[in-house]
This record gives sequence, structure tokens and C-alpha cells, in this order.
Amino acid sequence: MLSIKNLNVAINGKQILKDFNLEIKAGEVHAIMGPNGTGKSTLASTLAGRAEYEILSGEVTFKGKNLLEWSPDERAREGVFLAFQYPVEIPGVSVTNFMKAAVNAKRKHYGLDPIEAKDFLKLMKEKMDLVEIKKEMTSRSLNEGFSGGEKKRNEIFQMAMLDPTLCILDETDSGLDIDALRIVANGVNKLKNKDRGFLIITHYQRLLNYIVPDVVHVMFGGRIVKSGGKELALKLEEQGYDWIKEENSELINQ
Amino acid sequence: MAENDKIIDEVTTNDYKYGFVTNIEQEFALKGLTEDTVRFISAKKNEPEWLLDWRLKAFSTWLKMEQPQWQNVHFPKIDFQSIIYYAAQKKKKKIESLDDVDPEIRATYDKLGIPIQEQKILAGVAVDYVMDSESVITTFRESLKEKGIVFCSISEAVKEYPGLVQQYLGTVVPARDNYYSALNSAVFSDGSFVYIPKGVRCPMELSTYFRINAENTGQFERTLIIADEGSYVSYLEGCTAPMRDENQLHAAVVELITHDNAEIKYSTVQNWYPGNKEGIGGIYNFVTKRGLCKGANSKISWTQVETGSAITWKYPSCILKGDNSIGEFYSVAVTNNYQQADTGTKMIHIGKNTRSRIVSKGISAGKSNNSYRGLVQIHKTADNAYNSSQCDSLLIGDKCGAHTFPYLEIKNKSGKVEHEATTSKIGEDLLFYCNQRGLSNEEAVSMIINGYCKEVFKQLPMEFAVEAQKLLSISLEGSVG
Repeated sequence: MLSIKNLNVAINGKQILKDFNLEIKAGEVHAIMGPNGTGKSTLASTLAGRAEYEILSGEVTFKGKNLLEWSPDERAREGVFLAFQYPVEIPGVSVTNFMKAAVNAKRKHYGLDPIEAKDFLKLMKEKMDLVEIKKEMTSRSLNEGFSGGEKKRNEIFQMAMLDPTLCILDETDSGLDIDALRIVANGVNKLKNKDRGFLIITHYQRLLNYIVPDVVHVMFGGRIVKSGGKELALKLEEQGYDWIKEENSELINQ
Repeated sequence: MAENDKIIDEVTTNDYKYGFVTNIEQEFALKGLTEDTVRFISAKKNEPEWLLDWRLKAFSTWLKMEQPQWQNVHFPKIDFQSIIYYAAQKKKKKIESLDDVDPEIRATYDKLGIPIQEQKILAGVAVDYVMDSESVITTFRESLKEKGIVFCSISEAVKEYPGLVQQYLGTVVPARDNYYSALNSAVFSDGSFVYIPKGVRCPMELSTYFRINAENTGQFERTLIIADEGSYVSYLEGCTAPMRDENQLHAAVVELITHDNAEIKYSTVQNWYPGNKEGIGGIYNFVTKRGLCKGANSKISWTQVETGSAITWKYPSCILKGDNSIGEFYSVAVTNNYQQADTGTKMIHIGKNTRSRIVSKGISAGKSNNSYRGLVQIHKTADNAYNSSQCDSLLIGDKCGAHTFPYLEIKNKSGKVEHEATTSKIGEDLLFYCNQRGLSNEEAVSMIINGYCKEVFKQLPMEFAVEAQKLLSISLEGSVG
């Protein structure tokens, strides 16, 4: 579903991703871990199409098509969803109205009429339950005055509403207390299905207690230096990143 | 960053869809302004002696005044001798019913989306159609009359209700008030007149649609609305003009008066031609609007959505004279390309327990400049007065400017004044977030702006709120995305 080959990306003239490679098949959950500054968020932003990230070389195919050709909004309508690390606030625009616009933008893309009010409310209700969001929250302005946990739950709620093919979670777990973490993880688990792929970026192993990954990758210096099963995450939690660094010193210092 | 600049450049182009000209045979006053011009206009309208005298007095006052320069807008000095002060349809058979309206004029209003008919789109709204210097027709006049409500052009009111006009004209905005009010008092041609009798709640929205059509002319309309004791009226004005390379002057005066327990809600959707992308042409919109809450417990509320004009310069204000009276000002002012706006309000607290609320939302895009200027004055007599002001500025791109000039004059210690101001930007983060949910830049900007203006839009009558939202999207079309 997603195939990244030899991707090189720079921001402000500084190269961050170096010959980056990754394959995600439909139905798989991939976790990417690694210390700060290794390019995890760059990867997320690049896939979503953020303008300031410059693609130096390489290719990204999504559902067999060239993802890099599309604008950020086209990518979103085609099914790429990014749960932001720092969701923005939009004063005066309720969660409901924002979602209605987003759902209809996607429907338009596929040649469908705007969603009927009744169907929309039903969809909202169903997805709100998924991440334990109260109705009261959907009439508030998007993210304005939301707590950290509410913002992240709102991201997962939007993910559920938009029915994406590829879900990228950029450090969704950071700043969450254990209850919020559990709610967010539960939401994600319920969204898992055979057609959908997940790319979960995280610092900590603890999220992976709740969302069990099929593959864990360790990123260092702009590339994946080690991949393994969920036990790899546990080992990182226990031993830190130093052993990885030593194992790969040659590659990292390139 | 280059990408963002490109996006912003793209969204700062706009299309003005009301820029056409109507071909009707018109008669004009001679170009330029002398005492004869004033006499000519007055004679054309068969005015009584007292009104001619009033005009002439205003004219001599104007002659002694200087064009003001203090505002934060810039334009070459206006040559008042190169303007035509009167343009009206040459006709003319007497218009007695809607069917008598010239087909060309009828077609114009159809094209503007406000057909001259009482049944269709504007059912439930009575409209006074003003083109250049005269009122074309006023709908629903008769049915309103049954309730004792007077809604007609001011020229007709001068003839049919001279007592009311003479009693109130110039009492809120005297001719000498400022340069443009003096000018307007000397040469005003038409406008709307409304009188709501005691205890009557006007059953429909009243509306005036102003259209400038003729070349080289100025429009100087005068609106006077009186709400007698315990009455209520909601009034809306809209305005458009053809696209021309020269600037045209629009210098109106609006006076509102509320007696005890009365309320006037006055809404404006201003969409005069703003000039082209290079800043050529457009209307100079220099208007004096003021309401007097004369009676106790009365209320005046101004709502304005200003998207058009090359230069907008006006301060719809409230004089809160009656005890417990309330003044409100809700404003959205949008400037794009080379447009300039210096707008805001004055809340003058005189009576006890008077309250005022100001909500101003400025939006600047392109290379435009947008200023909020507001005065809150609490007089010695105004015990327990209260004002809250909120002035927000939103910038789109980095070539535009936003300025806030709040003035406070408080002479009574029991007064309470709250002022809040914010400046924000539609930045890349916000756009990207919306993009990531599948919204194009256009859709994103339109949604962000509507959210930003929500507090003001909700003050507008429903159908106009929808219009205002659309208008805003059109004005900012091409300013991002």
C-alpha cells in the first residue's frame, strides 16, 4: 500500500532523511521509534506533503500511485491521514462544522453529493463513542481550550470520521496520561482492519503495550537501522538506544 | 516559504461581479459644486423653502471647512469641482406600481440578485431601490402603511411628512459635524426615510439597496430612521457600483433616533467596487453614521460587513443619552489588494447605566491596510456606564497591515471599560492542518474567516448572513490558495 524507496529529504538545506526505505502492507501496523532529531516527524510531514520539506530524490508510491505528485489536500482526500503532534486551533469553527467540510471535501473528490444531515449525525455519534468524546465537545471551536488529551482524542476522532487508508500518528502519545493513552489506543485498535495501514511514531514503548505493532523500526540519523517484532520495542525500553548506535556506528556516521 | 508566498499571491486576486453599467437615459447637474448646484438639486426635487435654506447654510459651512487629513488612509486630494452631484433617470412617467419601473433598471436589479418584486426572493423584506441620486421604488409601502409605518424615499418624506423630517433632520449629525456631513447636507439627493410609530414592531426587515451607475458622479444619500416609543425595526442596506478606472465619491449621512424603550438594528453589507488588483478605481466610501438613543431603555445596534470600496472611512456611532440605553457595534472589515479601511465606532455615554459593546474584526489581505479606530467616552453624568470592546485583526500574507487606535475618555469614576485586542495570522500551520483534512486552500481560508467573523455574522438577519459569508469568500478569492 505504501512503498518508500531511497527517499532523501531536506529542510532549510539540511538533509534529514537519508536513503529512507519502508514498505507497509494493507492491514499492518508499523511503529517507528528512535531518539529526538532522527527524522521521525520529518517522515510524517513529508508523507502528508508539507511544503517546506524538500524532496531531494527517491520515490513514494501509495496505492500504486506516485504520492509525491499530489498536493497535501489531494493526499488527504486519497486517504492519507496524519494525526498531528500539535493540533492547531480554529476559533469559531466547531468540530462538527470542520468535520462536515472535511467529509464533504472527500465525497466531492469521489464524485459524491454532500452527506445528508441525518447520515452525518449518525456517523458523528458512532465515531464519538469510539474515542469517548462527549457531544458537548463537538460544538466547541476546534481545539480551542481543549486539554492535551482532548486534542489527541479529537485527532483520532477525525481519523475515524475520514476513513483513511494510511493512518500516521505523530507522537500521539506524548503528553497523555495513562487514561487518555488507553482511550486513544482503544480507538486506534477499533479502527484496525485488513485494508488499512498504520504508521505509529513514538518515543516510548508504553503506547505499544496497547497498540500491538506488527513491525517495529528503529530510526537513527535519517534512516531505519533496525527492524523487528514487538519485542524490539521492549528491548529499547530496557536498554536504551546506545547498543543500536554501536551496532550501526558505521552507517550513522556516514 | 516560496510556496506560501505563491499561494497567498494567488488568493489575493478577486473578481467583482457587480461591475456592469446600466444604459438608461439620465439627466445630470452640471459638473462642479457652487451655490447654483445646490439650488438646482433642490429645485429638481421641488423642495420647500426651509430645506433649500438648510442646504444653503450647510453649503456655506462646507466652504469654510478643510478636507480632513488625520485618518490612516491615503489618497490624492479630491477635486470637488470635477464631480457631478446629481444624476437621475430622464423620463418619466410617474411610477405607481412595480410594473412601471423601466425594464433596464429592473434588469439591473435582477442581475444584482435583488429583483424588484414583492413575492420572490425578498419576500418578507421591504426594499427601497436607490440608483445614483434617486429612489426608484419602494416595495411593500402600502402594507406597511396600514400599521402606521412610514418607509419611503427621503424626497417623498419631505413632501408627505415634512413635519417629521424637519423635526429630526440634522439633529444627530448636524451639517457642521464634519467636512463630508456638511457636503452631504448641501447636496444630498435621496435615501430612505423610516418612521415606526409608538409600540409597533415592524413586521418585516426594511432594506435599501444603493447602486451607483452614472460616471463621474458622487452619491450623497441621506437616511433617517426614527423609532418612536416602544417600537422596533431591523434595517439593512446593501451597495454596489460599476467597475471604473476613476474613483467615485460616496458620502452618505445616516441618522437614527430611538425614543423610550425603542430599538433599531441597522445592518450594512457594503460591497462598493473596490478598484482593480493594481489599486486603480473604486469607491471612496466616506460616510457619517450616528444613532441617538434619546429615550430611556432604548437600544441601537450597528452591524456592518465592509468588503468593498477603495477606501472605507466611517464610524457608525451611538450617543447613549437615555438612561439604561444600549449601544452596539459589530463590524467585519475586509481589505484586499490595495484597499484601505479606517473604520470603527464611537460610544458616547451620557445617561446613567448605559452600556455599550464593540466587536470589531478586521481582515487584511494583499497589500491592503486596515485600521480600527474607536472612541469610548464616558461623561460625568453617566453613572455606572459599562463598555466592552474587542478588536481583532487577522492578516493574510505579509504585505498587508492592521492597526488599532482605541481612544478612551472617562470622566466618571463609576464607569467600567474593558478592552481586548488580538492580532493573528492565517499561517502555514493552520492551512496545512486544514489541507491535511482534505480541504483546499480556498475552502480552508473561507472556513477560517467565517469562524473568525462568527460573532458578527450571527447579528445579521439569517438570509443576509449567508450572503455576507459568500461575499467574504469572493472578496478574498485568490488571497490564499
